Amino acid sequence: MLTKKQLFTRGMLDISPHMLSVIPFGIICGAIGVELGFNPYLVYAMSFIIFGGASQIVFLQLLSGGASSLVAVTSVGIINSRHLLYGAVLSEYLEKLSFIKKLLISYVVVDQGFAESNKFFKKNRTEEYLHYHLIGTGCTMWVCWQIATLSGIILGSFVPEELGLKFAIPLTFIAIVVQDLKKLDHVIVMITCGLSSLLFFDAPFKSYIIISPVIALFVAALLLRLKK
Amino acid sequence: MTLASIIAAGILTYFTRMTMIALISRDMLGDKIKAVLEYVPSAVFPAIIFPGIFINDYGTFIEMNDPKIFGALVAVIVGYFSKNIIATILAGLVSYWFLIFVIFS
Repeated sequence: MLTKKQLFTRGMLDISPHMLSVIPFGIICGAIGVELGFNPYLVYAMSFIIFGGASQIVFLQLLSGGASSLVAVTSVGIINSRHLLYGAVLSEYLEKLSFIKKLLISYVVVDQGFAESNKFFKKNRTEEYLHYHLIGTGCTMWVCWQIATLSGIILGSFVPEELGLKFAIPLTFIAIVVQDLKKLDHVIVMITCGLSSLLFFDAPFKSYIIISPVIALFVAALLLRLKK
Repeated sequence: MTLASIIAAGILTYFTRMTMIALISRDMLGDKIKAVLEYVPSAVFPAIIFPGIFINDYGTFIEMNDPKIFGALVAVIVGYFSKNIIATILAGLVSYWFLIFVIFS
């Protein structure tokens, strides 16, 4: 049995390699907000209140492009709706927690944290304080994201644009799914999702980000039926 | 951009995180749904990966000789064999930089 502290530390360690892509992205995200002419306090407030990387950039870009608040807020909601799927997966491991703890832990559920904690949960189902791993991944991401976006807001884009560091984001997610390329069913699901995301990229409110996983999960359900 | 719109977006985002964790109990999901949920990482992350590689900042498709495609392929190969996150990210970035700064410059 691992202690709470050990699980928290393990979560921190498991997510920290992803900070290699998250920190430059956070700096870019903060700098863009100021460059687009928004109040720096409000740009930072997004990192605290929304706490959702790509959705914050979309929010800024839509508003600076003259979109209404309603359109911008709706887009953020749709982009982040993928968390519903993460929550459905995690609920299995968090069901014993009190309602209040569930409410608190939800705030720190992020893409990379979900991915790494889910991998850990699958291998260590019997641990009593599993949720401390998720708190570890989430808090690490939270602290790095606050510092990175704040640095971008205060110092401007000191990361040279020519380096194209936004490209580190798809790379970080490649690192998460690459081992599942060993399984044919997962490969089919990934290709379905990827191609759908390109096909529906121009769908309103950035909805490709939830349309393509839904299509891919339907394909996964069909594959499960064929397996039997 | 107003504080009110940020708070609205924040509450919406929080609900996407909280709903399934706090309001759904395990018994509400059947075994079939749980089996499908095993595929969530494979079904979600390519929707971040593919547009990040194949679509540029202006929302149009990149050329087939774009250095990002090469960088992503290198990252997949290095990631597959090394099982190391940092190696995967660095391999992709360095091969991408090699193409844009050395070969195409």
